[in-house]
Amino acid sequence: MARSVTTRHKVTATIAAWIVALIIFFPILYTIITSLKTEPEAIAGFSLIPSGTFENYITVQTQRDYFKPFMNSVVISVGSTILALIIAIPSAWAMAFSPTRRTKDVLMWMLSTKMMPAVAVLVPIYLMFRDFGLLDSRIGLTVMLTLINLPIVVWMLYTYFREIPGEILEAARMDGAGLWQEIVYVLTPMAVPGIASTLLLNIILAWNEAFWTIRLSTTNAAPLTAFIASFSSPQGLFWAKLSAASTMAIAPILILGWFSQKQLVRGLTFGAVK
Amino acid sequence: MGSITLNKVSKVFGEAKVIPSIDLEINDGEFVVFVGPSGCGKSTLLRLIAGLEDVSGGKIMIDGKDVTQAAPAARGLAMVFQSYALYPHMSVRKNIAFPLKMARMEQSAIDRKVEAAAKVLNLTDYLERRPSQLSGGQRQRVAIGRAIVREPSAFLFDEPLSNLDAALRGTMRLEISDLHNQLKTTMIYVTHDQVEAMTMADKIVVLNRGNIEQVGSPLELYRSPRNLFVAGFIGSPRMNFVDGAYAQSKNAKTAGIRPEHLGLSKDNGTWRGIVKVAEHLGADTFLHLDVDGIGPITARCDGEFGAYHGDTVYMTPDESKLHRFDEKGLAIKG
Amino acid sequence: MATQNTKTLARLMMAPSVLLLLVWMIVPLAMTLWFSFQNYNLLDPSNVSFTGLFNYQFFYTDRAFFQSIWNTLVIVGGVLLITVIGGIAIALLLDQPIFGQGIVRILIISPFFVMPPVAALIWKNMIMHPGYGVLADINKFFGFQPVDWFARYPLFSIVLIVAWQWLPFATLILLTALQSLDGEQKEAAEMDGANFFNRFIYLVLPHLARAITVVILIQTIFLLGVYAEILVTTNGGPGYASTNLAFLIYRTALLGYDVGGASAGGIIAVVLANIVAFFLMRAVGKNLDR
Ligand SMILES: Nc1ncnc2c1ncn2[C@@H]1O[C@H](COP(=O)(O)OP(=O)(O)O)[C@@H](O)[C@H]1O
Ligand SMILES: [Mg+2]
Repeated sequence: MARSVTTRHKVTATIAAWIVALIIFFPILYTIITSLKTEPEAIAGFSLIPSGTFENYITVQTQRDYFKPFMNSVVISVGSTILALIIAIPSAWAMAFSPTRRTKDVLMWMLSTKMMPAVAVLVPIYLMFRDFGLLDSRIGLTVMLTLINLPIVVWMLYTYFREIPGEILEAARMDGAGLWQEIVYVLTPMAVPGIASTLLLNIILAWNEAFWTIRLSTTNAAPLTAFIASFSSPQGLFWAKLSAASTMAIAPILILGWFSQKQLVRGLTFGAVK
Repeated sequence: MGSITLNKVSKVFGEAKVIPSIDLEINDGEFVVFVGPSGCGKSTLLRLIAGLEDVSGGKIMIDGKDVTQAAPAARGLAMVFQSYALYPHMSVRKNIAFPLKMARMEQSAIDRKVEAAAKVLNLTDYLERRPSQLSGGQRQRVAIGRAIVREPSAFLFDEPLSNLDAALRGTMRLEISDLHNQLKTTMIYVTHDQVEAMTMADKIVVLNRGNIEQVGSPLELYRSPRNLFVAGFIGSPRMNFVDGAYAQSKNAKTAGIRPEHLGLSKDNGTWRGIVKVAEHLGADTFLHLDVDGIGPITARCDGEFGAYHGDTVYMTPDESKLHRFDEKGLAIKG
Repeated sequence: MATQNTKTLARLMMAPSVLLLLVWMIVPLAMTLWFSFQNYNLLDPSNVSFTGLFNYQFFYTDRAFFQSIWNTLVIVGGVLLITVIGGIAIALLLDQPIFGQGIVRILIISPFFVMPPVAALIWKNMIMHPGYGVLADINKFFGFQPVDWFARYPLFSIVLIVAWQWLPFATLILLTALQSLDGEQKEAAEMDGANFFNRFIYLVLPHLARAITVVILIQTIFLLGVYAEILVTTNGGPGYASTNLAFLIYRTALLGYDVGGASAGGIIAVVLANIVAFFLMRAVGKNLDR
């Protein structure tokens, strides 16, 4: 049987793949196109060619102050990710390099806290946030997302760290490196790639978290998730402006996502699929 | 200086008693090889000496000083790992310089020492490369270089050659022996390969299940193995063991005769066997025979002997080189 | 590595995250459990009293409760079915040599990065709106009556949106697993005379088993808690037609101000999630052993 790939086969597969890809991408594409239309154009029926106005973007900023929720999203997602990393790096480190018989159980238990349905603790969390004055505060949301994503961060880091050979650390110890020097000269340079992709993926997860961010914020600390959800009952017709707001809400993370797609699989499957 | 003394050293992992209790004396400047089958506890013993594992009991002394509780770096030892354990993000130069940097040596002194080590190890042209850009043998040399510059009181090697191909292994064996002759520093070398042990060691320590079976020079072990285990482990091809009537006639439970101590003839001899496989190495030929009333026997003969599959061959054991073992597997003296 | 010092240090290093997660798990859960036995309404916070199992009974006898559990299962099951089967199909397609592989991958992965409220709004307004949506435009083009998706098929619509968000994830993971399949194995199977179908059943599918397990586990964690998509599109309606357990508890708590009732629902959700988790964890644990 000839194994050479025929051009015909490749062309057929290419056409099929592009059709599938375009169908899947279409809702995003059409949103971007609509954001460049005028409002009357936007509801005038199907059309892929916009008049190319940027007015909607300007309106979203001037009328609804897009920049404020955007900054909230940045602060909360980056802040919670860094906080989670600070807490998780030592633990993942210990589990990867000084594993005990219970290490695996601890890891599984951490993951199982992710299985706890968020709504189950909505009431106490809501009441605690209310009583501590954390409702609608950036600090409250940052702490919340830190806790939510902590298990995933520990897991991701653990799978990256586990691949650093333990003998290298032992070599450093034999070479006279103290704990601090071991961390600075040997561990950190070897761990940075794994930490970086964990950081990237976790920012994406935190940016898109849409239960606590919506429920625990109203106006001041509302990130983009809550900002967009507030458009759910359109008063009057504003398809084009909604599209502009949506595009702005997803664009940063979409681009970040494209860059991180290589590490995405590894990270999100905790190294189980590479 | 680098004499090492182990006093009733033991190691337990959870339930598993990996090293029950070991006493051992290693003299300054000696090349000592720990040899034994995989999983017998060689690496564990080495790591105990290095301080990478805590002992479960006993004492470790270096130059008469008790270092049982000392940190690895404080023991003044250098280790070469099986995986080389080079720092992947550092150049060869930085790898070799690392222990000196940790010791806060002056930069000019570091440079001098690194250059000198690189020269000895033929690494001068590769100093700016990363480990990933080196061949297996070169990486091995970098690992050794990193050990040398510290001027340790003893070197520890854990199966350093097992990741190299056969030809390179031969060369590196010579290089390490050569290095020992130059430096005259104590070296402890772990391997499962008895050829490495025989060719390199001043003193061989044969380990089995965490116990020392015998300690001695290569030739001592070869000539008078203390028990069946050592007899079977040292020497290649392996010693033949014969039970039953023949052994009884020599007043032993088991008789042992090395393949090279069988006289071969095409016409007559004590035993008669059929050649199953003949391995022609050139100078030597190894014959794997099926002997009447005894079973499989390996014999070593001159390459010119000319025996092939299916041939009948007669053998006569050299009585003066015969080894006799009792019921407990211990060698019977005399 | 395993000296006594390093062990003590390791425990210290693990302490912060373990303690935080322990507190994070126990404190709110204990409070929820406590509230679930109380008669506690936020509109009347001075009048709190012990009611025993009344809240559970109330929840249990509510028809909305069973509907919400059913809806939860339909959402999880439906999305898993679509994403796993669709994911395998698309992964097989992308595993072929094609022009522009990189761009195709980027297009297909994109929906995963779209935040749930945006995904829901896009589908609600751009695609499925009975007046201005693309689907309505298509219907009109062919002379059919446009469909009011969220009124007529609310649950299906939500499954569709959520599946669109998770299909890229499944595809990407399955594709990665597929690409790690040994080319020599495939060739050996071809030499043995296996056709495409046989190769898929006996070679590809077993190879994908681990990846499929992981996809199911991770998606289930997120799918049990689908919330924003419902909030933005149907708001749980019409009636309770698209209310899942998460949404029902939210309704009870923050729209009905019934802390006791919502807490009872929360405890039920925990029990339910634990049943699911029990089976999933076992599957994953096995896979992680290697
Ligand atoms: N950290 C450890 N935990 C538990 N058992 C171990 C550990 N290290 C080694 N062992 C066990 O100790 C025995 C000896 O191991 P090792 O010293 O590595 O053998 P060798 O180097 O001779 O092949 C083996 O049975 C191994 O499984
Ligand atoms: Mg070993």
